[in-house]
Amino acid sequence: MFYREVGEFKTSYRSDGQTFPIALDRHAYYALLGVAFLVVPFLLNDYWVKAIVLPFLIYSIAALGLNILTGYCGQVSLGSGGFMAVGAYSCYKFMTGFDVYLPAEAGEWVRYALPPINVFFSVLLGGVMTALVGILFGLPSLRIKGFYLAVATLAAQFFLVWLFNKWEWAFNYSASGQITAPERAVFGIDVTGPSTSAWATYLFCLVFAVVLALVARNLTRGHLGRSWMAIRDMDIAAEIIGVNPLKAKLTAFGISSFYIGISGALLFAVYLGAAEVGEVFGIQKSFLVLFMVIIGGLGSVLGSFLGAAFMVLLPVALKNLLVGQLGWATDIAAHLDFVIVGALIIVFLILEPHGLAQLWRTIKQKLRLWPFPH
Amino acid sequence: MSTDFYYGIEVVLNGLMAGVMYSLVALGFVLIFKASGVFNYAQGVMALFAAQTLVGLQTGQVPFSHLIDAVFGLDVHHFGWTLPTLVAIALSLCMMVLFAILVEKLVLKHLVNQEPIILFMATIGLAYFMEGFGQLMWGSEIKRLDIGIPQGGNLWIENATAGLGGEGFHGFYIDTLDLYATAIAILLVTALVLLSRYTRIGRALRAVADDHQAALSVGISLRTIWVIVWAIAGFVALVAGAMWGAKSGVQFSLSLIALKALPVLMLGGFTSIPGAVVGGLIIGVGEKLFEFLIGAPFLGGATENWFAYMLALVFLVFRPQGLFGERIIERV
Repeated sequence: MFYREVGEFKTSYRSDGQTFPIALDRHAYYALLGVAFLVVPFLLNDYWVKAIVLPFLIYSIAALGLNILTGYCGQVSLGSGGFMAVGAYSCYKFMTGFDVYLPAEAGEWVRYALPPINVFFSVLLGGVMTALVGILFGLPSLRIKGFYLAVATLAAQFFLVWLFNKWEWAFNYSASGQITAPERAVFGIDVTGPSTSAWATYLFCLVFAVVLALVARNLTRGHLGRSWMAIRDMDIAAEIIGVNPLKAKLTAFGISSFYIGISGALLFAVYLGAAEVGEVFGIQKSFLVLFMVIIGGLGSVLGSFLGAAFMVLLPVALKNLLVGQLGWATDIAAHLDFVIVGALIIVFLILEPHGLAQLWRTIKQKLRLWPFPH
Repeated sequence: MSTDFYYGIEVVLNGLMAGVMYSLVALGFVLIFKASGVFNYAQGVMALFAAQTLVGLQTGQVPFSHLIDAVFGLDVHHFGWTLPTLVAIALSLCMMVLFAILVEKLVLKHLVNQEPIILFMATIGLAYFMEGFGQLMWGSEIKRLDIGIPQGGNLWIENATAGLGGEGFHGFYIDTLDLYATAIAILLVTALVLLSRYTRIGRALRAVADDHQAALSVGISLRTIWVIVWAIAGFVALVAGAMWGAKSGVQFSLSLIALKALPVLMLGGFTSIPGAVVGGLIIGVGEKLFEFLIGAPFLGGATENWFAYMLALVFLVFRPQGLFGERIIERV
């Protein structure tokens, strides 16, 4: 009774094929966007933004990206941390400006100093660079499948982390080996650097998250998304009915890496402000994003957001409860966090292999009739 | 012969020793993968947990002491006695068997017939769980593990080979512990091969590895086999954990050796015990040589972090089933 799918009559293909064909969904979505853009910025304070909202938005983007690759295209990747590092470091290079060498006459090279690029476009370009790297590391997926591929993506993870540790040009020869985001503004309002305001960073990340989620939703409904799902369900059969595995797998790797790169760039530039590659983008990050996708639901856009929210909120809630309320030591809370996350993953895989998104679908199913029995 | 050449040989020898250690971890993976088709990511954490348990029992630590202290406001940490090494090893082994039974009862039983990738992710969850659990139980500080194997360079080998090189060459430096590890690894592999060749359990294991359905239909209990396999893997983890723990201390990074065992498996093939050994040796020698010849002089060092994966990646592109793996046949 509260969730109605019937009684809507479409008179054009356009309205039938829109992103949210059910009016209730559409209105709920608009209402949510309205609240997120117009109400939330006025309610936020620094603690909420730093502890919950920013990590939630940024990891949602990463989870969306990995969901495209693993949930929709069925290629398990353990290299998300490395790809996030590519996004962060290339965003840093674009933000601070770097030198390019272009060929002039007769073997001569001329140095052009590229000016710093606006932070918004730096983040986007960071995503593009990551997409290129992702496609490169996706090439073996044409030969290697399943676990073997999952392990092969570890090569990307470890190699990229090592690279950004050793390649001094990438961190502008800074003595500490860290990259630090300079102060940069969009429309005259600071979004990176030490003097940002909570609402500005929130809106900056929100724009990326909303647009990328919409794109992901539409991509996965379209031709490309269907070819990914065909590859996921059975790649040989998909090939026989005419899906090009080269195109499907490489686009999945590219687009997924684009998302993950943007998330890495935002994580570094907006959220952390400074990053050291081994610490921030290590293998643990890859697993964190993978868990978000599993807990949220493989092959679901909503699931990516739910999974990210869950994995961000759980440690904060545990810490508040155990350290804040009961006064236990921080390390016990951290260990309990591991135990609970591990147990939850197993429980989810046993009880609900389709994740939190499936729970939401069940709730909708129930709401169709509730409170009436028929 | 130049001194550099002998240094090269020393690097190769040390690589072989490191490879043996990788093989020890990889063996546990192969056992479980063969018998249940589960790619057990938790093998490394099992090694860590086994080593932690061994140290904890040996030194008479109170399990969950931090947690007990936090909940009841007490201050307990040690029972005040120490156990002989052999007793501690036996008790740790019991612990790993208990763990195997629990894993079968609580996790695997409920995931029968799921896709392999779901099972893989379940073992990642298991790894997380055990990592937190082990640290809650025994604390997270770095501990020394002493199982009575001498450590440090082997003087006998050093003296015997000192005359080979020219000036400034003092013989091959090889850790005695590594020599023991090699001997133990050889024993372990032999025992495993004998077990799977000549015993009833071994035959059952091979039958299950071959075909679950057929094994079930001739009356082999799949669940018993899984418990046995996980217990054996727990034993291998205990050996690997004890060796690595004695070498570099029992600490969190021990669980990361599982990640190093992965390229070993990819090279050797997931289903082959000799493959795990040969793969381990290739990776061990390969990464040490690469670091010695190319990594340290030209690339700024620390190439050991990724070389194994890259080698495996390039290798797999040409031979997707690994060196000794069964040929992958796909049908629609």
